[in-house]
Amino acid sequence: MPPVPDDAVPGEWPDGTALLEARAISKRFGGVQALHDVTLSVKAGEIFGLVGPNGAGKTTLFNCLCGQLRPDGGSVRFNGEIIDSLPTYRRARLGIGRTFQRIEVFPELTVRDHLFVAARAERGDGALWKDLLNLAQPKPEEVETVERVLDMVALRDVADTPVAALSLGHCRLVELGRALAGKPRLLMADEPSSGLDVNETRALADTLRTVREEHGTAVLLVEHDLDMVAQVVDRVIVLDFGQQIAAGSLDEVMADPVVRKAYLGKTA
Amino acid sequence: MSNFLSYAIPGIPQGCEYALIAVGLVLTFRATGVFNLAFGAQAFVGAFAYDLLNQYQNWPQWAAFIVAVLIISPALGLALDRFLFRHIPTASTTAKLVSTVGLLIAIPLTIPILFGSETRYKIAFLWLNPGIVYGHLYQTPLNGTVIATTVITLAVVAGLVAVFRWSSIGLQMRAVVESRRLAQLEGVNSAGVAAAAWALSSALAGLAGVLMLPQSQSLDPTSTLTFTTLLVAGLTAAALASFRSLPLALLWSIVLGIVQNLLVWKLPSGSVLQQNVAPALPFAVLVGVLLFNPRLRNLEQNTDPMASVDPPPPPPSIQIRDRRLDIPMKWGWRVLLAGFVVSSLTWIPDNWVYPLALGLVFSIIFLSVTLMTGMAGQLSLCQATFAGVGGFTAGQMAAHFGLPILIGALLGGVVAAAVGIVVALPALRLSGLPLTLVTLAFAIFADTVLFQYSWSGAGDTGITFARPGTYFAIGSPGDSHFLILVLVILAVVMLIVHLVQRGTTGRYLAAIRGSQTGAASLGISLTRAKMTVFALSAGIAGLGGALYGSLQTVAGADDFGYGISLIWVVAVITTGAMTIEGAIQAGMGFALFQQVLNLYVPSRFNGVEAILFAVGTLTYARHPEGIVEFQKTRWMNRIARLFQRYDERHGRATPLPVGTAPGTPATPLAAPGAPGA
Repeated sequence: MPPVPDDAVPGEWPDGTALLEARAISKRFGGVQALHDVTLSVKAGEIFGLVGPNGAGKTTLFNCLCGQLRPDGGSVRFNGEIIDSLPTYRRARLGIGRTFQRIEVFPELTVRDHLFVAARAERGDGALWKDLLNLAQPKPEEVETVERVLDMVALRDVADTPVAALSLGHCRLVELGRALAGKPRLLMADEPSSGLDVNETRALADTLRTVREEHGTAVLLVEHDLDMVAQVVDRVIVLDFGQQIAAGSLDEVMADPVVRKAYLGKTA
Repeated sequence: MSNFLSYAIPGIPQGCEYALIAVGLVLTFRATGVFNLAFGAQAFVGAFAYDLLNQYQNWPQWAAFIVAVLIISPALGLALDRFLFRHIPTASTTAKLVSTVGLLIAIPLTIPILFGSETRYKIAFLWLNPGIVYGHLYQTPLNGTVIATTVITLAVVAGLVAVFRWSSIGLQMRAVVESRRLAQLEGVNSAGVAAAAWALSSALAGLAGVLMLPQSQSLDPTSTLTFTTLLVAGLTAAALASFRSLPLALLWSIVLGIVQNLLVWKLPSGSVLQQNVAPALPFAVLVGVLLFNPRLRNLEQNTDPMASVDPPPPPPSIQIRDRRLDIPMKWGWRVLLAGFVVSSLTWIPDNWVYPLALGLVFSIIFLSVTLMTGMAGQLSLCQATFAGVGGFTAGQMAAHFGLPILIGALLGGVVAAAVGIVVALPALRLSGLPLTLVTLAFAIFADTVLFQYSWSGAGDTGITFARPGTYFAIGSPGDSHFLILVLVILAVVMLIVHLVQRGTTGRYLAAIRGSQTGAASLGISLTRAKMTVFALSAGIAGLGGALYGSLQTVAGADDFGYGISLIWVVAVITTGAMTIEGAIQAGMGFALFQQVLNLYVPSRFNGVEAILFAVGTLTYARHPEGIVEFQKTRWMNRIARLFQRYDERHGRATPLPVGTAPGTPATPLAAPGAPGA
């Protein structure tokens, strides 16, 4: 598909200096307008929240940003480059990592293998001739990355266990670790605390902050647990029925009557 | 206009024949969640029983119909449900498909063993006599078969639509297909409903078989795939109906029949186009539909919400092997290999050297299945076609340009790899079941059209192959030389597969097998991985195909037919598609077992080896690692426990299993299939 010209989509880019910019993203499934002109920007090193009731369109927006769904309208720019025509794996290689609301792990692989695969795939490495010449063994920098991430997500105890034998909470952490092993510039986490207990959720929030502080990774976070969102995010936008209904700090948007109505069904 | 109608109208009964298959596939899929490739085999059973009772036992039509279609056929369906599909409710569509491929092979092969292999020339019919013309419609004679097939097909589809749309059993069937266990929680007798669905679809298969009987001049119990020749047309119509709508399946079947007839009318008479375009139409339409009908992409998904309660798969046996077995196993294999080579060159009788060489050639071809199915998780039903492409390339190059067979074999491998890439092009959009169907369509197309030309396989006559020259000066010439040569080539291919398996490609393929979405999100190019595996797998099959032709000295379309593809793939899946040993065991087992049967068992039992491998496939959904691998895992667990007990008695620490990295806790030993194993 040819690249989309910068002026093909009406409207302005929200922030010329941002790492990720989405402009007027729309997506329709049959008769349902899942997203309607959603615009957002995430700066480098920022933790950005994306909240809203069930069915608001948060995961659909994630899928549009990652290239797993092609939006009906709008455009996405990453690090100044329009990426609308890029397939998912090319976007991943640019530095967009993600986790999934519905777990997407590789059951036969061990936790360590998950991280190793991510560390290698990020560079687009994997030529067949290297396998045939036995040059595919882990490189020192890949081993270093894997070991570092194992400690970061506290999965060292189960590092060599096939993921099929792990609990849901562990699988969430495997997904997070896998995304981090690809050294993303932007981590998109889709309800990462789902299935975790209170302590694990707290540890997850710490990990997200560490990732941002130590590696400058921006985080786009979809989360229902507003306590966790409050702990980590700098800014949020709120979606409801595919529309962006508020934006700002978490306190500001939660005080907004429109948001309270969307969440609670009443304005008070 | 009347000319148009005189060509179009015969397409209607022809379309009704396709419809019987199409409706059967849609019904089974909707009512049981199984994509039943064995439908043709079930139809064969019904037809055979009806013919036997009506023509050879002189039963009246109604009595033969009741027993064959209303008793034997449903009983077969009930047996399939009771002993097979009931136990694999949450298996993927592909896993269930593998079981139906096994049935497709095993069921018709059992008939000659039970009833003898004589061809039957007295063919029964149902309701109206095919020899009588009851009237004409636009110059088209309406004989008994045309009227009976059309009327009964229309009535059956109307009845089935009514059952699905308005009866509670229809609603329950749809619920049970979504999730047997969830439906059970809602108070539905899932087992009973599924059994009823199998009985119904099997009775329909029996009826289809009986209606199609008069189309054949004879009924050959050894021609195992007689009733699957209409499969592609039926599949195409079912795919056009998205495997959901029975009336649409009927409608598209009739359209397909009419279009095929019109093509015969419009294309120049006797031309190559007329001979090939009409038969090839269903293949082209099927591939197009699979590619562009988005509703078919979800066929593979296992939507059972209770699938997560299933235990995780067991680790491969090598991962739980006690490290103290390393040295005995390593040296054991070396001694065995040396013994094999020395024996083949010295004392083994000539009539055993040939099957041993054949086993090695099969092993090479079967390693292509290891790559495709074991590593990439993609069931391909055209591996024999790839082998044929390689084989015929080598044979034709030797015949026309005097190219040495070994160089021809390498060239054949390259050509097969190129064909593999072409077949993989749909893989850019497809995976799982739809892609499997593309490979099946390609295999049938090659078998019935491509390999029939003199420039390729020359049909059943076949082409002549040369044997490689003598490259070393030991042993007796002939098969022994060939055996050693093939052994060397096999070692190289094993090394290639081993390196790919433990390299980056192998890990990427394991990731893709687990979750395509997850793999793409990491930066893995699914397209590149699929192309690589298709090309490599087809290349290896092509190389093996050339060696197969060379060993046999004459090989034709029959040797690389789609039925052969099915048998080969079930052989590897039975022993274990995920390991290199699995391919070797399947190759050697298949060839040697064939020889044992040839030498020591009456000829009526020919084909028992295929039945045994096919029956083995039935366990695939429960043990995707293969029966042999499953048994190995059990034995490794037992041995590990013995070692553990010995260590405890002597106060020693048990070393970590082979698959565990140093510095990490050992995976607790458990029975295969148990959580945590």
